[in-house]
Amino acid sequence: MSKVMPLDQAVRENLRNGDTVAFEGFTHLIPHAAGHEVIRQGFRDLTLIRMTPDIIYDQMIGMGIAKKVVFSYAGNPGVGLLRRMRDAIENGHPRTIETVEHSHAAMANAYEAGASGLPCAVFRGYKGADLPKVNPEIKSITCPFTGEELAAIPAHRPDVTFIHAQKANEKGDVLIEGIVGVQKEAALAAKKVVVTVEEIVPDFKGLHPNLTILPHWTVTAISVVKGGAHPSYTHGYYARDNAAYLEWDKISADRELFTQWMETNVLKATPEVFAERIKGL
Amino acid sequence: MSDFTPNEMMTIAASRALTSKDVCFVGIGAPSAACNVARLTHAPDITLIYESGTIGTAPDVLPLSIGDGELCETAVSTVAVPEMFRYWLQGGRISIGFLGAAQIDKFGNINTTVIGDYHKPKVRLPGGGGAPEIATSCGEIYITLKQATRSMVEKIDFFTSFGHGEGGDHRKRLGITTKGPTLLITDLAIWKPDPVTKEFTVVSLHPGVTREQVQETCGWTVKFADDLEETPAPTELELKTLRDLQERTKRAHEGGKAA
Repeated sequence: MSKVMPLDQAVRENLRNGDTVAFEGFTHLIPHAAGHEVIRQGFRDLTLIRMTPDIIYDQMIGMGIAKKVVFSYAGNPGVGLLRRMRDAIENGHPRTIETVEHSHAAMANAYEAGASGLPCAVFRGYKGADLPKVNPEIKSITCPFTGEELAAIPAHRPDVTFIHAQKANEKGDVLIEGIVGVQKEAALAAKKVVVTVEEIVPDFKGLHPNLTILPHWTVTAISVVKGGAHPSYTHGYYARDNAAYLEWDKISADRELFTQWMETNVLKATPEVFAERIKGL
Repeated sequence: MSDFTPNEMMTIAASRALTSKDVCFVGIGAPSAACNVARLTHAPDITLIYESGTIGTAPDVLPLSIGDGELCETAVSTVAVPEMFRYWLQGGRISIGFLGAAQIDKFGNINTTVIGDYHKPKVRLPGGGGAPEIATSCGEIYITLKQATRSMVEKIDFFTSFGHGEGGDHRKRLGITTKGPTLLITDLAIWKPDPVTKEFTVVSLHPGVTREQVQETCGWTVKFADDLEETPAPTELELKTLRDLQERTKRAHEGGKAA
């Protein structure tokens, strides 16, 4: 059975209300089209895991589909704050959300532990920091060999991980190049993996042998969405739409404007609009 | 010598602290500008690392985010994020961590998490990102920020990343083996920690800046070094390098689809 299917089908068949979901992509390859499809299908009570929540989680939180957010940096990169997320944390609008906050090192280690089949991640971290006081999931463990006290946190085990990639081949192997981020770990930590790609090619002959990050049998579904990372970027295909990130600061500052923007650009849109959005980038 | 702004002086003074031998973990914003001015002037062989995994990067314009494509295209190597934090940062391969701050105290402890109570914040800031471990795993930490009484405070609301704690040997007591904050560069002055108390002390005033100005914009009682110096004004080359870089950056980021 082919793993390749339209994005709406891939989301409908693999996500459930109340699921723990990761959408990864470290500035590069952020799966915006998948995020919009999840919003359109009106899922509820999701626990969202993402190192840098970014615009896509601002949109999900603003639309009220998240009950909990696990993160390590909640900003609009290089621009400022995430205004919809702040509104939820500071004012409970449109609903209250639970937050579980970590450092980047902790989040990266937790994905790696999940991918490794371990129950927890162990690393040298959080020394002197206040996060362990407000996040009960941060504990410590003593090295049995040296006696050094190290930080320990639970592994990330998402029900579904969504990522965006440059390309897949007809078998369903997935290739990523450029800033590779934490997508391989997030995918291998998850029970199911949904990948959007710029294109599907017959095979990867002639390409660099280390670029395939996920063999086809680790991937649940693949959907072709040209421009699917916009306003993030896809190395080798289109640049980051920095102007859109700056613009988001204005849109997200106002509840009314945000609602209108989401109505026009997400609820009434389809994955096909992303191809338009990257023209000229 | 042409005129320069306090912000330009801050960036240039910060850039002078870096050398070609340094391996520097670069925070976004002011640190990023300073690191790249250093690379484009006196420290061409500096290794700049951004937390997106780009090692030895040499961008033509300042990145808007820590993961802009140009950082990867111009890097010696790009590694996965878990590798960045495990092998490179935790592994002790980075000599300097260069951080900005929303709030800082006199011991170089930094808050970028919340203003007010954590569970009922007045302002929810972005949070720590890589900073909690950068602050303890890099050989030493440089900090740069613009002076203001609301950002340089007696007591920070949240310890996002640990500097010298309560001062003295607090780092050692927590089992932290790295030096922590050794340099603070503001728009008005250069500060270094007292060797014993670890309290940041002004060692150099930027040209035209008075002690009173430094005190008025700082929330704790400022200590000044006995042999207080004056920071040399920016050179033509430093200023031109910084302004050209900012002009290229502005054009690139505003351009959006036209870029």
